[in-house]
Amino acid sequence: MRVTQGAFSFLPDLTDEQIHVQAQHCIDQGYAVSVEYTDDPHPRNTYWEMWGHPMFDNPDAASVVYEVNECRKQHGGKYIRVIAFDATPGWESIRLAFIVNRPAQEPGFRLQREEGPGRTVRYSIHSYAADKPEGARYA
Amino acid sequence: MSLDASIPTPPLSVDLRKDFEESGVKDVLDELDRTLIGLEPVKTRLRETAALLLVERARKTLGLNHDTPTLHMSFTGNPGTGKTTVALRMADLLHRLGYVRKGHLVTVTRDDLVGQYIGHTAPKTKEVLKKAMGGVLFIDEAYYLYRPENERDYGQEAIEILLQVMENNRDDLVVILAGYADRMDRFFESNPGFRSRIAHHIDFPDYADNELLEIAETMLGEQSYHLTPAARSALSDYIGLRRTQPHFANARSIRNALDRARLRQANRLFRAADGPLDAAALSTIDEGDIRASRVFDGGLDVDRKGA
Repeated sequence: MRVTQGAFSFLPDLTDEQIHVQAQHCIDQGYAVSVEYTDDPHPRNTYWEMWGHPMFDNPDAASVVYEVNECRKQHGGKYIRVIAFDATPGWESIRLAFIVNRPAQEPGFRLQREEGPGRTVRYSIHSYAADKPEGARYA
Repeated sequence: MSLDASIPTPPLSVDLRKDFEESGVKDVLDELDRTLIGLEPVKTRLRETAALLLVERARKTLGLNHDTPTLHMSFTGNPGTGKTTVALRMADLLHRLGYVRKGHLVTVTRDDLVGQYIGHTAPKTKEVLKKAMGGVLFIDEAYYLYRPENERDYGQEAIEILLQVMENNRDDLVVILAGYADRMDRFFESNPGFRSRIAHHIDFPDYADNELLEIAETMLGEQSYHLTPAARSALSDYIGLRRTQPHFANARSIRNALDRARLRQANRLFRAADGPLDAAALSTIDEGDIRASRVFDGGLDVDRKGA
């Protein structure tokens, strides 16, 4: 099951050239672009591992593509995303995030039902990949 | 409308002259001619490089096979011969030709590339390289990167990363190494990898005396000062004498001399003036302001014998 979160996730995977254009747009808007990776695909997993520092003062997106490729060398089997942080006073938030790398196999999620008092049922989703320990999930 | 019509067909001919004028390359080269005095061999090389890139671009529009040329360069020459200034122009030129995307210049020295501890150098060098992507990386006094006397020196690590990025990210950045000619030669001898990756070696000649005088007048003109005829001949004597003394740094020495002359002029005005001064008096540098220099009585104190 293809994980769809962030922008462009219903489109085919972006090529390096397309990543370059998107990242360049963010840089031109004055956002700090950075690269992050994770092997926990849960949609509520907001804080991914940082790959290097956010690139605050690189005027060209070639550096972003370079870092994405460096990250792929080491974490090629995990999810990698590019995020653009907007630090305009009073804003301080992520303006754009998109996945640039995903595992070859995405096993998807199982729906878990927990029965509560009365007839209440709580639902949660659980990634099949997360059954394995961290680091061995998408080997 | 048929489908074929919407696909642009490659043009059958190109007008290099028109390309030259429209891309703004002509403006850069003209400005170079106007603002840089002397440096004929350098200007010739710049013009040749521009021609190469224009032809390369024209070949591309015609759909001919083209291979992006490597443009890593080395600038060698004595201090104060305009290496940094030319690098700045080069970045502008490459940007207008579409060879680099942003055309900014990042100037670094050994300190910016080499770290103090193990494992500190690689991230530092990569950070600088990333900052320079899309533009030009200017490494001043590049020979300091390699210190053969210390085999644990981290400079070697920086050199390796530099070489790797110069090779793999050729489209993303242009690296210019600069330094004194003899030391750069030794640097290239001990790092053959660099020599083979740098196609363009440009040598910056020393300025002639009359060129330095012209440069001095341009510098003063920019700050709206001017020389009296007597001061002009004093400055010309000064240049002749200064050249024979140690630590002569071409245009930089002249700029320092002019700064000191302005200081003396200000002092002279302050002490001598007892009435209102007009703009002409405030912007005139007189013979005395220049003749008072230590250069006329044997040079700097530190270098004077027996002092």
